[in-house]
Amino acid sequence: MSHLKSPATRVPRTGAFWLLLLLALVVVLGLCSLNVGASRMNLLNVLAGYADDRVSKVLFASRLPRTLALILAGAALAVAGAMLQMMARNRLVDTSTTGPMAAAALGMLVLAILLPNGVPLWLRFLVVSAFAAGGILLFLGVLQRMPLRSALIVPLVGLVMAGVIHAGGGLLAHHFDLAQSLRAWNSGDFSAILRGRYELLWIAAGLTLAAMVLADRFTVIGMGRDFATNIGVNYALLMAVGVILVAMIVGSVVVTAGVIPFIGLVAPNLIRLVTGDNLRRAIPLAALLGAALLLAADLLGRLLIHPYEVPSSNLLSIAGCVVFIGVLLQGRAKWS
Amino acid sequence: MVMSVWRKPASRVALLGLLALLSVIGFMTLNVQADWAFILEYRGGRMMALLFTACAIGISTVLFQTITHSRLLTPALMGFDVLYVLVTTLVLLIWGGSELAAWSPSLRFALQVAVMVGLALLLFRLLFSGSVRSLHLMILLGMLAGMLFRELSELAARVLDPSEFGISSGVPQASFNRVNTKLLWAAAAALAVAGLLLLRWRRYLDVLSLGRDIAINLGVAHGRVVLGVMVVVAIMVSVATVLVGPTLFFGLLIANLAYWITGSQRHCWTLPASVLTGIVCLLGGQVVLEHVLSSTLPLALVIELAGGLLFIALLLRGVRQ
Repeated sequence: MSHLKSPATRVPRTGAFWLLLLLALVVVLGLCSLNVGASRMNLLNVLAGYADDRVSKVLFASRLPRTLALILAGAALAVAGAMLQMMARNRLVDTSTTGPMAAAALGMLVLAILLPNGVPLWLRFLVVSAFAAGGILLFLGVLQRMPLRSALIVPLVGLVMAGVIHAGGGLLAHHFDLAQSLRAWNSGDFSAILRGRYELLWIAAGLTLAAMVLADRFTVIGMGRDFATNIGVNYALLMAVGVILVAMIVGSVVVTAGVIPFIGLVAPNLIRLVTGDNLRRAIPLAALLGAALLLAADLLGRLLIHPYEVPSSNLLSIAGCVVFIGVLLQGRAKWS
Repeated sequence: MVMSVWRKPASRVALLGLLALLSVIGFMTLNVQADWAFILEYRGGRMMALLFTACAIGISTVLFQTITHSRLLTPALMGFDVLYVLVTTLVLLIWGGSELAAWSPSLRFALQVAVMVGLALLLFRLLFSGSVRSLHLMILLGMLAGMLFRELSELAARVLDPSEFGISSGVPQASFNRVNTKLLWAAAAALAVAGLLLLRWRRYLDVLSLGRDIAINLGVAHGRVVLGVMVVVAIMVSVATVLVGPTLFFGLLIANLAYWITGSQRHCWTLPASVLTGIVCLLGGQVVLEHVLSSTLPLALVIELAGGLLFIALLLRGVRQ
């Protein structure tokens, strides 16, 4: 019996180990992020009380909001990715590679066309989230129409659907002379984050916590409609909740920073190597890893051509493609 | 009687040819308001570039689909177009812009095509060495590779010149309005070379489409011929990309339309049909958009949208079968 019991006692310990490690990583990267930028500033001086007025202004008006925004957005996107993977029952999908993100950017575009004089933030958030929800529903709807789905055709359909939405948005943007703006929304970065411009992401943080609470149920959702119904889970209700959670996370991130790709794919898949398919154990780790990834991408983007910046979406796409290709090649025996 | 004539691929291709001719005439003559010398120079250059593009993309896509035995795979989907853009940026990055600026554009083009052929062969070897069997895996890998190349060229462009980047985008979207007519003759020469190479292997193409084992059984030096066809594909992709920029679904659209229209597997029909469909799409589409609908929408985006929808439809149908 002992050999059966041992994995159960071992796994939580490795979980705690990874949790601490990732937490430390986020803290270190966060401190670096506070310390790096166009304006010279030494965090040690601030802590020692040498801060003059200018330094504390830079810190609290720009650096701290930016760092917080990165952590919140990264964590939320990783969680949204993990949840979408459960709802689509496929590990190779993400909000950025299946349509929701592209749909959200389309929402920004539609708002800019219909109401060019500016929109209150809450309305923009709601409309963009609604577009993201539309993107998710479209994707899940197409999946339902496919009777036999191989593990690979799902991300493939997702990628092309994102491309089609992207092309449609491009046509619309070109017609209304907004191509430049659409481009900016499509390559998200955090360089314009100041105090007062990121607070929407606290909603995403709340949604992330809600997802952690619901994690067990979404693990069940990941096993399919019949199984979920069988053990007494309200499948339709949970799916609706999931769509709303993911859509609002995507909406808040796209409104604040623009499209941030691949975090929801990379973080859960790397964490899955440690925890397996149990979402309750995976979600906190994935959230931390997502935050660390976004912090790292943003830091690298700030340092690469200092004092200019490379948008974090550019670097994340490169890293994300490499990881995605790696995951595919590693599992190719299984899929072919 | 009429039906039996209609069933023949030859008559269908002839009809396509007629449509293509009409498109060319419409493109050149509709709404002429300036004097003819100017029109001939301005529209003529664009028309030639679009004709070459249709040739390059039509032929390269059909050939690629023959050697990969799939109607879903295209060089563009596998990221070859964007690979060419990456080569251009990297050549600039490695040799330095100023030194290279002294070269003539044609010479630079030749250098880039040579690098491109080498890289495409390498990529092809990697993908089709037998370790990757599943079709869907292959497309997915190709699309990701394309995305990776695109983002890498964007990064390279930003690092090269951060202040310029805000204005011009790193990887240009394909555009059938602003075609690159400066390299028209270099492109024509490259196309001619590729065409001559293709002539050498034209008899093997139909055999290749039967599959690797049967082709070898019938006495085709499979590896060598496939490598040769790949060189042709790489040159043609370079030509198309230098003329109009990277496309994604255009090749898929015209190749599948060509199969559907001819209803034939034979390359003596599908190759010309695909080229003619490309001409109808590019020139005819431009005429319809500009003069009939009088809209300024970019044709490239319309085609990408249609191609994307077709791709999803093909995927879903393939799954159902």
